[in-house]
Amino acid sequence: MEKNDKSMITKAIGHVSFVMRKCLFGILSIGPVPAHIAFIMDGNRRYAKRHALHQDSTNPGSGHRVGFKCLISTLQYCYEMGVKYVTVYAFSIDNFKRDPQEVQSLMDLMKEKIDELLTEDSVLKKFDARINFWGDLQLLSEPVRLTAKKAMDMTVHNKGPVLSVCVAYTSTNEITHAIEASVREKQENAPIEVSDLDRNMYTAGCLEPDIIIRTSGETRLSNFLLWQSDFAHLQNPNPLWPEFSLRHLVWAVLEYQNVHGYLKKRKGEIEKNK
Amino acid sequence: MIEASVIASPILGVVFCLLHVIVSLVHTWSHLVHQIQCLIISSGLLSKYQNINLNRLRHLAVVIDSEDAKNKSKVHQLLCWLSDIGVKYVILYDIEGVMKKSDKAYEKNSANPSETKCMDFAPNMPLIFDMFGMTVEIISYTDGKEAVAKGANYLCSNYLKNQDDTLNKLGPKFTEPDISSALKAVGHDGPEPDLLLVYGPARCHLGFPAWRLRYTEIVHMGPLTSMKLSAVVKVLYDFSKKHQNYGK
Repeated sequence: MEKNDKSMITKAIGHVSFVMRKCLFGILSIGPVPAHIAFIMDGNRRYAKRHALHQDSTNPGSGHRVGFKCLISTLQYCYEMGVKYVTVYAFSIDNFKRDPQEVQSLMDLMKEKIDELLTEDSVLKKFDARINFWGDLQLLSEPVRLTAKKAMDMTVHNKGPVLSVCVAYTSTNEITHAIEASVREKQENAPIEVSDLDRNMYTAGCLEPDIIIRTSGETRLSNFLLWQSDFAHLQNPNPLWPEFSLRHLVWAVLEYQNVHGYLKKRKGEIEKNK
Repeated sequence: MIEASVIASPILGVVFCLLHVIVSLVHTWSHLVHQIQCLIISSGLLSKYQNINLNRLRHLAVVIDSEDAKNKSKVHQLLCWLSDIGVKYVILYDIEGVMKKSDKAYEKNSANPSETKCMDFAPNMPLIFDMFGMTVEIISYTDGKEAVAKGANYLCSNYLKNQDDTLNKLGPKFTEPDISSALKAVGHDGPEPDLLLVYGPARCHLGFPAWRLRYTEIVHMGPLTSMKLSAVVKVLYDFSKKHQNYGK
Protein backbone atom coordinates (compact mmCIF):
# COMPACT_ATOMS: atom_id res chain seq x y z
CA MET A 1 0.00 0.00 0.00
CA GLU A 2 2.80 2.38 0.94
CA LYS A 3 4.66 1.63 -2.30
CA ASN A 4 1.50 2.39 -4.30
CA ASP A 5 1.07 5.70 -2.45
CA LYS A 6 4.68 6.65 -3.15
CA SER A 7 4.40 5.84 -6.85
CA MET A 8 1.15 7.84 -7.10
CA ILE A 9 2.83 10.85 -5.48
CA THR A 10 5.79 10.51 -7.85
CA LYS A 11 3.43 10.35 -10.85
CA ALA A 12 1.50 13.38 -9.59
CA ILE A 13 4.74 15.38 -9.15
CA GLY A 14 5.76 14.29 -12.65
CA HIS A 15 2.47 15.58 -14.11
CA VAL A 16 2.68 18.89 -12.27
CA SER A 17 6.32 19.36 -13.42
CA PHE A 18 5.27 18.59 -16.98
CA VAL A 19 2.47 21.18 -16.89
CA MET A 20 4.78 23.81 -15.41
CA ARG A 21 7.39 23.11 -18.08
CA LYS A 22 4.70 23.41 -20.75
CA CYS A 23 3.82 26.88 -19.42
CA LEU A 24 7.47 27.90 -19.26
CA PHE A 25 8.18 26.71 -22.82
CA GLY A 26 5.00 28.44 -23.99
CA ILE A 27 6.41 31.69 -22.59
CA LEU A 28 9.82 31.12 -24.22
CA SER A 29 8.22 30.39 -27.58
CA ILE A 30 6.95 33.98 -27.76
CA GLY A 31 10.51 34.66 -28.92
CA PRO A 32 12.58 32.61 -31.39
CA VAL A 33 13.23 29.05 -30.23
CA PRO A 34 16.45 27.48 -31.57
CA ALA A 35 15.87 24.71 -34.08
CA HIS A 36 19.24 23.07 -33.34
CA ILE A 37 21.25 23.03 -30.10
CA ALA A 38 24.63 21.31 -29.88
CA PHE A 39 26.28 20.33 -26.60
CA ILE A 40 29.91 19.67 -25.66
CA MET A 41 29.24 17.60 -22.55
CA ASP A 42 32.33 18.65 -20.63
CA GLY A 43 32.97 18.00 -16.93
CA ASN A 44 31.95 14.39 -16.24
CA ARG A 45 35.32 13.38 -14.79
CA ARG A 46 35.62 16.55 -12.72
CA TYR A 47 32.11 15.95 -11.39
CA ALA A 48 33.08 12.43 -10.32
CA LYS A 49 36.20 13.77 -8.59
CA ARG A 50 34.33 16.61 -6.88
CA HIS A 51 31.60 14.32 -5.61
CA ALA A 52 34.02 11.53 -4.75
CA LEU A 53 32.16 9.07 -6.94
CA HIS A 54 33.90 5.73 -7.24
CA GLN A 55 36.05 6.74 -10.18
CA ASP A 56 38.83 4.20 -9.96
CA SER A 57 40.32 1.49 -12.14
CA THR A 58 37.23 -0.70 -11.69
CA ASN A 59 34.76 2.04 -12.65
CA PRO A 60 36.42 4.85 -14.58
CA GLY A 61 33.13 5.93 -16.21
CA SER A 62 31.13 6.79 -13.08
CA GLY A 63 31.02 10.50 -13.91
CA HIS A 64 29.83 9.66 -17.41
CA ARG A 65 26.95 7.57 -16.05
CA VAL A 66 25.66 10.61 -14.19
CA GLY A 67 26.31 12.64 -17.33
CA PHE A 68 24.12 10.28 -19.36
CA LYS A 69 21.17 10.87 -16.98
CA CYS A 70 21.66 14.58 -17.53
CA LEU A 71 21.66 14.01 -21.30
CA ILE A 72 18.31 12.21 -21.12
CA SER A 73 16.65 14.97 -19.11
CA THR A 74 18.16 17.68 -21.36
CA LEU A 75 16.88 15.85 -24.44
CA GLN A 76 13.41 15.67 -22.91
CA TYR A 77 13.38 19.41 -22.17
CA CYS A 78 14.70 20.29 -25.63
CA TYR A 79 12.10 18.18 -27.43
CA GLU A 80 9.27 19.50 -25.20
CA MET A 81 10.43 23.02 -26.04
CA GLY A 82 10.25 22.28 -29.77
CA VAL A 83 13.97 22.00 -30.56
CA LYS A 84 14.09 19.81 -33.66
CA TYR A 85 17.79 18.85 -33.64
CA VAL A 86 20.06 18.09 -30.69
CA THR A 87 23.69 17.19 -31.33
CA VAL A 88 26.10 15.99 -28.64
CA TYR A 89 29.86 15.53 -28.63
CA ALA A 90 30.13 12.13 -26.98
CA PHE A 91 33.63 11.00 -27.91
CA SER A 92 36.37 12.76 -29.85
CA ILE A 93 39.04 11.01 -31.91
CA ASP A 94 41.46 12.78 -29.53
CA ASN A 95 39.85 10.92 -26.60
CA PHE A 96 41.38 7.66 -27.85
CA LYS A 97 44.63 9.04 -26.32
CA ARG A 98 43.18 8.46 -22.85
CA ASP A 99 44.03 5.53 -20.61
CA PRO A 100 42.97 2.34 -22.49
CA GLN A 101 40.93 1.14 -19.50
CA GLU A 102 38.99 4.41 -19.47
CA VAL A 103 38.43 4.21 -23.25
CA GLN A 104 37.15 0.62 -22.97
CA SER A 105 34.88 1.59 -20.10
CA LEU A 106 33.44 4.45 -22.15
CA MET A 107 32.91 2.15 -25.14
CA ASP A 108 31.07 -0.36 -22.91
CA LEU A 109 28.99 2.43 -21.42
CA MET A 110 28.16 3.73 -24.90
CA LYS A 111 26.92 0.32 -26.04
CA GLU A 112 24.86 -0.10 -22.89
CA LYS A 113 23.27 3.33 -23.24
CA ILE A 114 22.54 2.99 -26.96
CA ASP A 115 20.66 -0.23 -26.16
CA GLU A 116 18.83 1.61 -23.39
CA LEU A 117 17.79 4.36 -25.82
CA LEU A 118 16.09 1.77 -28.02
CA THR A 119 13.83 0.41 -25.26
CA GLU A 120 10.10 1.10 -25.17
CA ASP A 121 10.15 3.64 -22.33
CA SER A 122 13.12 5.66 -23.60
CA VAL A 123 12.98 9.35 -24.52
CA LEU A 124 13.61 8.48 -28.20
CA LYS A 125 10.55 6.23 -28.31
CA LYS A 126 8.43 8.80 -26.47
CA PHE A 127 9.13 11.48 -29.07
CA ASP A 128 9.49 9.18 -32.11
CA ALA A 129 13.00 10.58 -32.45
CA ARG A 130 15.65 9.55 -34.94
CA ILE A 131 19.25 8.92 -33.92
CA ASN A 132 22.37 9.55 -35.99
CA PHE A 133 25.96 8.67 -35.21
CA TRP A 134 28.46 11.02 -36.83
CA GLY A 135 32.14 10.26 -36.96
CA ASP A 136 34.70 7.76 -38.24
CA LEU A 137 32.74 4.77 -36.95
CA GLN A 138 35.41 2.36 -38.24
CA LEU A 139 37.54 3.48 -35.28
CA LEU A 140 34.98 2.06 -32.85
CA SER A 141 35.11 -1.50 -31.58
CA GLU A 142 32.83 -3.86 -33.51
CA PRO A 143 30.17 -4.31 -30.78
CA VAL A 144 29.73 -0.53 -30.43
CA ARG A 145 29.75 0.03 -34.18
CA LEU A 146 27.11 -2.67 -34.75
CA THR A 147 24.93 -1.32 -31.93
CA ALA A 148 25.16 2.18 -33.38
CA LYS A 149 24.22 0.91 -36.83
CA LYS A 150 21.30 -1.03 -35.35
CA ALA A 151 20.05 2.13 -33.60
CA MET A 152 20.26 4.16 -36.82
CA ASP A 153 18.44 1.47 -38.83
CA MET A 154 15.69 1.11 -36.22
CA THR A 155 14.95 4.84 -36.08
CA VAL A 156 15.59 5.91 -39.67
CA HIS A 157 11.88 6.24 -40.45
CA ASN A 158 10.96 8.07 -37.26
CA LYS A 159 9.30 11.40 -37.93
CA GLY A 160 10.08 13.22 -34.71
CA PRO A 161 13.10 15.26 -33.57
CA VAL A 162 16.67 14.15 -34.20
CA LEU A 163 19.49 13.24 -31.83
CA SER A 164 22.92 13.25 -33.44
CA VAL A 165 25.74 11.72 -31.45
CA CYS A 166 29.27 12.67 -32.51
CA VAL A 167 31.47 9.72 -31.68
CA ALA A 168 35.00 9.05 -32.96
CA TYR A 169 34.53 12.52 -34.41
CA THR A 170 36.55 15.63 -35.07
CA SER A 171 35.68 18.45 -37.42
CA THR A 172 38.98 18.22 -39.27
CA ASN A 173 38.39 14.50 -39.80
CA GLU A 174 34.88 15.30 -41.07
CA ILE A 175 36.23 17.91 -43.50
CA THR A 176 38.89 15.45 -44.73
CA HIS A 177 36.21 12.81 -45.25
CA ALA A 178 34.04 15.33 -47.17
CA ILE A 179 36.96 16.26 -49.44
CA GLU A 180 37.61 12.57 -50.17
CA ALA A 181 33.96 12.00 -51.04
CA SER A 182 33.85 15.13 -53.22
CA VAL A 183 36.98 14.07 -55.12
CA ARG A 184 35.56 10.57 -55.56
CA GLU A 185 32.35 11.84 -57.15
CA LYS A 186 33.90 14.69 -59.11
CA GLN A 187 32.69 15.12 -62.68
CA GLU A 188 35.05 16.24 -65.46
CA ASN A 189 35.62 20.00 -65.81
CA ALA A 190 33.43 20.82 -62.83
CA PRO A 191 35.41 22.25 -59.91
CA ILE A 192 34.61 21.20 -56.36
CA GLU A 193 32.45 23.88 -54.76
CA VAL A 194 31.64 24.62 -51.11
CA SER A 195 28.18 23.15 -51.74
CA ASP A 196 29.79 19.81 -52.69
CA LEU A 197 31.70 19.77 -49.43
CA ASP A 198 28.52 20.72 -47.51
CA ARG A 199 26.71 17.82 -49.15
CA ASN A 200 29.42 15.35 -48.11
CA MET A 201 29.66 16.40 -44.48
CA TYR A 202 28.28 13.97 -41.87
CA THR A 203 25.83 16.76 -40.99
CA ALA A 204 24.33 17.03 -44.50
CA GLY A 205 20.56 17.46 -44.34
CA CYS A 206 20.68 18.84 -40.81
CA LEU A 207 20.26 22.52 -40.02
CA GLU A 208 23.34 24.32 -38.74
CA PRO A 209 23.40 24.72 -34.96
CA ASP A 210 21.84 27.89 -33.54
CA ILE A 211 23.58 27.44 -30.19
CA ILE A 212 26.70 25.48 -29.21
CA ILE A 213 26.92 25.02 -25.45
CA ARG A 214 30.13 23.84 -23.81
CA THR A 215 29.65 23.23 -20.10
CA SER A 216 32.23 23.67 -17.31
CA GLY A 217 33.15 27.16 -18.48
CA GLU A 218 35.72 26.14 -21.10
CA THR A 219 35.98 28.50 -24.06
CA ARG A 220 37.20 26.31 -26.93
CA LEU A 221 35.28 24.16 -29.41
CA SER A 222 37.83 21.31 -29.34
CA ASN A 223 37.35 20.41 -33.00
CA PHE A 224 33.53 20.19 -32.81
CA LEU A 225 31.25 21.39 -35.64
CA LEU A 226 33.81 24.00 -36.76
CA TRP A 227 32.47 23.94 -40.36
CA GLN A 228 28.84 24.29 -39.26
CA SER A 229 29.22 26.91 -36.54
CA ASP A 230 29.69 30.09 -38.61
CA PHE A 231 26.62 31.77 -37.09
CA ALA A 232 26.10 29.68 -33.97
CA HIS A 233 25.88 31.49 -30.64
CA LEU A 234 28.73 30.03 -28.59
CA GLN A 235 27.93 29.68 -24.91
CA ASN A 236 30.10 28.37 -22.09
CA PRO A 237 28.12 28.15 -18.83
CA ASN A 238 30.12 27.31 -15.70
CA PRO A 239 28.24 24.21 -14.42
CA LEU A 240 29.82 20.84 -15.16
CA TRP A 241 27.78 18.71 -17.58
CA PRO A 242 26.09 16.53 -14.90
CA GLU A 243 25.01 19.80 -13.17
CA PHE A 244 23.39 21.22 -16.33
CA SER A 245 19.68 21.52 -15.63
CA LEU A 246 16.44 23.00 -16.93
CA ARG A 247 17.23 26.48 -15.62
CA HIS A 248 20.58 26.50 -17.46
CA LEU A 249 18.83 25.45 -20.66
CA VAL A 250 16.17 28.16 -20.25
CA TRP A 251 18.93 30.73 -19.63
CA ALA A 252 20.76 29.54 -22.76
CA VAL A 253 17.62 30.07 -24.87
CA LEU A 254 17.03 33.54 -23.36
CA GLU A 255 20.64 34.51 -24.20
CA TYR A 256 20.16 33.21 -27.74
CA GLN A 257 16.94 35.22 -28.14
CA ASN A 258 18.92 38.37 -27.21
CA VAL A 259 21.35 37.96 -30.12
CA HIS A 260 19.13 36.11 -32.60
CA GLY A 261 18.31 39.23 -34.65
CA TYR A 262 21.98 40.14 -35.09
CA LEU A 263 23.07 36.60 -36.08
CA LYS A 264 20.14 36.19 -38.48
CA LYS A 265 21.07 39.49 -40.15
CA ARG A 266 24.74 38.52 -40.58
CA LYS A 267 23.81 35.10 -41.92
CA GLY A 268 21.33 36.64 -44.36
CA GLU A 269 23.99 39.02 -45.72
CA ILE A 270 26.35 36.14 -46.48
CA GLU A 271 23.61 34.02 -48.09
CA LYS A 272 22.68 37.01 -50.30
CA ASN A 273 26.30 37.40 -51.47
CA LYS A 274 26.70 33.70 -52.41
CA MET B 1 -17.47 34.71 -23.13
CA ILE B 2 -13.75 35.57 -23.10
CA GLU B 3 -11.58 32.56 -23.98
CA ALA B 4 -8.84 31.57 -21.56
CA SER B 5 -6.20 32.06 -24.26
CA VAL B 6 -7.22 35.74 -24.68
CA ILE B 7 -6.57 36.29 -20.97
CA ALA B 8 -3.45 34.09 -20.85
CA SER B 9 -1.61 35.59 -23.87
CA PRO B 10 -0.94 39.05 -22.40
CA ILE B 11 0.07 37.45 -19.09
CA LEU B 12 2.53 35.14 -20.87
CA GLY B 13 3.80 38.14 -22.82
CA VAL B 14 4.43 40.06 -19.59
CA VAL B 15 6.27 37.09 -18.06
CA PHE B 16 8.35 36.79 -21.26
CA CYS B 17 9.36 40.48 -21.03
CA LEU B 18 10.11 40.04 -17.34
CA LEU B 19 12.47 37.13 -18.08
CA HIS B 20 14.35 39.29 -20.58
CA VAL B 21 14.50 42.17 -18.09
CA ILE B 22 16.16 39.73 -15.66
CA VAL B 23 18.68 38.75 -18.36
CA SER B 24 19.45 42.44 -19.00
CA LEU B 25 19.90 43.09 -15.25
CA VAL B 26 22.33 40.17 -14.97
CA HIS B 27 24.29 41.48 -17.99
CA THR B 28 24.38 44.97 -16.46
CA TRP B 29 25.73 43.54 -13.20
CA SER B 30 28.38 41.47 -15.03
CA HIS B 31 29.36 44.56 -17.03
CA LEU B 32 29.72 46.58 -13.81
CA VAL B 33 31.91 43.93 -12.20
CA HIS B 34 34.01 43.81 -15.38
CA GLN B 35 34.42 47.61 -15.41
CA ILE B 36 35.64 47.53 -11.79
CA GLN B 37 38.13 44.77 -12.64
CA CYS B 38 39.39 46.83 -15.61
CA LEU B 39 39.74 49.89 -13.37
CA ILE B 40 41.82 47.95 -10.87
CA ILE B 41 44.01 46.51 -13.64
CA SER B 42 44.58 49.90 -15.27
CA SER B 43 45.50 51.44 -11.88
CA GLY B 44 48.52 49.13 -11.78
CA LEU B 45 47.70 47.98 -8.24
CA LEU B 46 47.96 44.30 -9.14
CA SER B 47 51.49 43.42 -10.17
CA LYS B 48 50.44 40.10 -11.74
CA TYR B 49 48.99 42.03 -14.70
CA GLN B 50 52.17 44.03 -15.29
CA ASN B 51 54.35 41.24 -16.70
CA ILE B 52 52.21 38.66 -18.44
CA ASN B 53 53.92 35.53 -19.68
CA LEU B 54 53.07 35.33 -23.38
CA ASN B 55 55.14 32.20 -24.13
CA ARG B 56 52.03 30.14 -24.83
CA LEU B 57 50.47 32.82 -27.04
CA ARG B 58 52.15 32.33 -30.39
CA HIS B 59 49.21 33.54 -32.51
CA LEU B 60 46.29 35.75 -31.53
CA ALA B 61 43.15 36.16 -33.66
CA VAL B 62 40.66 39.02 -33.46
CA VAL B 63 37.19 38.67 -35.02
CA ILE B 64 35.55 42.06 -35.48
CA ASP B 65 31.99 42.67 -36.61
CA SER B 66 32.19 44.29 -40.05
CA GLU B 67 30.25 47.37 -38.94
CA ASP B 68 32.72 47.90 -36.07
CA ALA B 69 35.65 47.18 -38.41
CA LYS B 70 34.82 50.31 -40.44
CA ASN B 71 36.16 52.27 -37.47
CA LYS B 72 39.77 52.21 -38.73
CA SER B 73 41.21 54.26 -35.89
CA LYS B 74 39.85 51.82 -33.31
CA VAL B 75 41.30 48.86 -35.17
CA HIS B 76 44.62 50.64 -35.47
CA GLN B 77 44.55 51.46 -31.74
CA LEU B 78 43.93 47.80 -30.93
CA LEU B 79 46.89 46.74 -33.08
CA CYS B 80 49.12 49.27 -31.29
CA TRP B 81 48.05 47.92 -27.90
CA LEU B 82 48.72 44.33 -28.95
CA SER B 83 52.13 45.28 -30.28
CA ASP B 84 52.98 47.15 -27.04
CA ILE B 85 51.94 44.13 -24.95
CA GLY B 86 54.31 41.94 -26.95
CA VAL B 87 52.02 39.93 -29.21
CA LYS B 88 54.03 38.71 -32.20
CA TYR B 89 51.36 37.52 -34.65
CA VAL B 90 47.81 38.83 -35.00
CA ILE B 91 45.13 37.51 -37.35
CA LEU B 92 42.41 40.10 -38.00
CA TYR B 93 39.13 38.74 -39.34
CA ASP B 94 35.89 40.37 -40.40
CA ILE B 95 33.29 38.60 -42.43
CA GLU B 96 32.92 41.14 -45.26
CA GLY B 97 36.62 41.91 -45.76
CA VAL B 98 36.30 45.55 -44.63
CA MET B 99 39.72 45.44 -42.97
CA LYS B 100 41.37 43.96 -46.08
CA LYS B 101 40.24 47.04 -48.00
CA SER B 102 41.48 49.30 -45.17
CA ASP B 103 45.02 47.95 -44.82
CA LYS B 104 46.54 51.08 -46.34
CA ALA B 105 44.96 53.09 -43.49
CA TYR B 106 47.00 51.12 -40.95
CA GLU B 107 50.17 51.87 -42.94
CA LYS B 108 49.36 55.60 -43.07
CA ASN B 109 48.62 55.79 -39.33
CA SER B 110 51.67 53.96 -38.09
CA ALA B 111 54.41 56.13 -36.54
CA ASN B 112 56.90 55.10 -39.18
CA PRO B 113 55.21 53.96 -42.40
CA SER B 114 58.41 52.23 -43.46
CA GLU B 115 57.81 49.86 -40.52
CA THR B 116 54.82 48.47 -42.38
CA LYS B 117 55.19 46.50 -45.54
CA CYS B 118 51.87 45.93 -47.25
CA MET B 119 50.95 43.58 -50.00
CA ASP B 120 48.40 44.53 -52.65
CA PHE B 121 44.77 43.92 -51.78
CA ALA B 122 43.32 40.65 -53.16
CA PRO B 123 39.80 39.92 -51.90
CA ASN B 124 40.07 36.12 -51.86
CA MET B 125 43.53 35.88 -50.35
CA PRO B 126 44.95 36.64 -46.91
CA LEU B 127 46.78 39.93 -46.54
CA ILE B 128 49.96 39.88 -44.46
CA PHE B 129 52.14 42.75 -43.35
CA ASP B 130 54.46 43.80 -40.54
CA MET B 131 53.53 46.50 -38.09
CA PHE B 132 55.80 47.62 -35.23
CA GLY B 133 57.60 44.26 -35.34
CA MET B 134 54.31 42.35 -35.18
CA THR B 135 53.03 40.26 -38.11
CA VAL B 136 49.46 41.15 -39.02
CA GLU B 137 47.41 38.81 -41.19
CA ILE B 138 44.02 40.04 -42.44
CA ILE B 139 41.44 37.50 -43.61
CA SER B 140 37.72 37.37 -44.35
CA TYR B 141 34.92 34.89 -45.08
CA THR B 142 36.41 33.95 -48.47
CA ASP B 143 39.51 32.61 -46.69
CA GLY B 144 37.40 29.98 -44.89
CA LYS B 145 35.22 27.44 -46.71
CA GLU B 146 36.14 28.71 -50.18
CA ALA B 147 39.81 28.19 -49.34
CA VAL B 148 39.07 24.60 -48.32
CA ALA B 149 37.28 24.10 -51.66
CA LYS B 150 40.39 25.48 -53.44
CA GLY B 151 42.51 23.00 -51.46
CA ALA B 152 40.12 20.19 -52.42
CA ASN B 153 40.50 21.10 -56.11
CA TYR B 154 44.29 21.11 -55.72
CA LEU B 155 44.20 17.61 -54.18
CA CYS B 156 41.77 16.46 -56.84
CA SER B 157 43.95 17.59 -59.73
CA ASN B 158 46.98 15.82 -58.21
CA TYR B 159 44.89 12.70 -57.65
CA LEU B 160 43.64 12.68 -61.26
CA LYS B 161 47.19 13.24 -62.58
CA ASN B 162 48.36 10.14 -60.69
CA GLN B 163 45.40 7.94 -61.46
CA ASP B 164 47.51 5.21 -62.93
CA ASP B 165 49.22 4.75 -59.58
CA THR B 166 48.19 1.44 -57.89
CA LEU B 167 47.31 3.18 -54.63
CA ASN B 168 44.95 5.57 -56.37
CA LYS B 169 43.01 2.67 -57.85
CA LEU B 170 41.59 2.18 -54.35
CA GLY B 171 40.02 5.64 -54.50
CA PRO B 172 41.16 8.94 -53.02
CA LYS B 173 42.54 8.69 -49.49
CA PHE B 174 43.68 11.90 -47.81
CA THR B 175 45.03 12.63 -44.35
CA GLU B 176 44.77 15.84 -42.35
CA PRO B 177 48.42 16.71 -43.14
CA ASP B 178 47.48 16.35 -46.86
CA ILE B 179 44.72 18.93 -46.38
CA SER B 180 47.13 21.26 -44.57
CA SER B 181 49.67 20.91 -47.39
CA ALA B 182 46.97 21.60 -49.98
CA LEU B 183 45.89 24.75 -48.12
CA LYS B 184 49.52 25.83 -48.09
CA ALA B 185 49.82 25.21 -51.84
CA VAL B 186 46.81 27.44 -52.56
CA GLY B 187 48.05 30.22 -50.28
CA HIS B 188 45.82 29.64 -47.25
CA ASP B 189 48.19 28.10 -44.75
CA GLY B 190 47.87 30.58 -41.89
CA PRO B 191 48.61 29.36 -38.34
CA GLU B 192 46.02 28.21 -35.82
CA PRO B 193 45.42 30.97 -33.26
CA ASP B 194 45.82 30.01 -29.60
CA LEU B 195 43.34 32.69 -28.55
CA LEU B 196 40.55 34.45 -30.43
CA LEU B 197 38.97 37.70 -29.26
CA VAL B 198 35.48 38.49 -30.59
CA TYR B 199 34.50 42.17 -30.82
CA GLY B 200 30.81 42.49 -31.62
CA PRO B 201 27.34 41.99 -30.15
CA ALA B 202 27.59 38.19 -29.82
CA ARG B 203 30.08 35.42 -29.06
CA CYS B 204 30.19 33.97 -32.54
CA HIS B 205 33.20 33.41 -34.81
CA LEU B 206 31.26 34.54 -37.93
CA GLY B 207 32.92 32.08 -40.31
CA PHE B 208 36.56 32.25 -39.15
CA PRO B 209 38.39 29.51 -41.11
CA ALA B 210 37.25 26.22 -39.58
CA TRP B 211 40.53 24.42 -40.26
CA ARG B 212 42.34 26.86 -37.95
CA LEU B 213 39.98 26.78 -34.95
CA ARG B 214 40.52 23.32 -33.46
CA TYR B 215 41.75 24.20 -29.96
CA THR B 216 41.42 27.99 -30.01
CA GLU B 217 40.17 29.64 -26.82
CA ILE B 218 37.33 31.99 -27.86
CA VAL B 219 36.55 35.03 -25.69
CA HIS B 220 33.82 37.61 -26.23
CA MET B 221 35.03 41.20 -25.68
CA GLY B 222 31.86 43.21 -26.43
CA PRO B 223 31.60 46.03 -28.99
CA LEU B 224 34.83 47.46 -30.45
CA THR B 225 33.64 50.99 -29.60
CA SER B 226 33.97 50.26 -25.87
CA MET B 227 37.25 48.31 -26.05
CA LYS B 228 39.69 48.79 -23.17
CA LEU B 229 43.40 47.99 -22.90
CA SER B 230 42.84 46.59 -19.40
CA ALA B 231 40.20 44.17 -20.74
CA VAL B 232 42.73 42.87 -23.29
CA VAL B 233 45.36 42.56 -20.56
CA LYS B 234 42.93 40.59 -18.38
CA VAL B 235 42.10 38.14 -21.17
CA LEU B 236 45.78 37.58 -21.98
CA TYR B 237 46.54 37.01 -18.29
CA ASP B 238 43.67 34.51 -17.95
CA PHE B 239 44.88 32.73 -21.09
CA SER B 240 48.41 32.43 -19.68
CA LYS B 241 46.93 30.43 -16.78
CA LYS B 242 44.84 28.09 -18.97
CA HIS B 243 45.49 24.39 -19.17
CA GLN B 244 44.32 22.16 -22.03
CA ASN B 245 44.09 18.37 -22.04
CA TYR B 246 43.80 18.11 -25.84
CA GLY B 247 41.30 15.30 -25.39
CA LYS B 248 43.29 13.24 -22.87
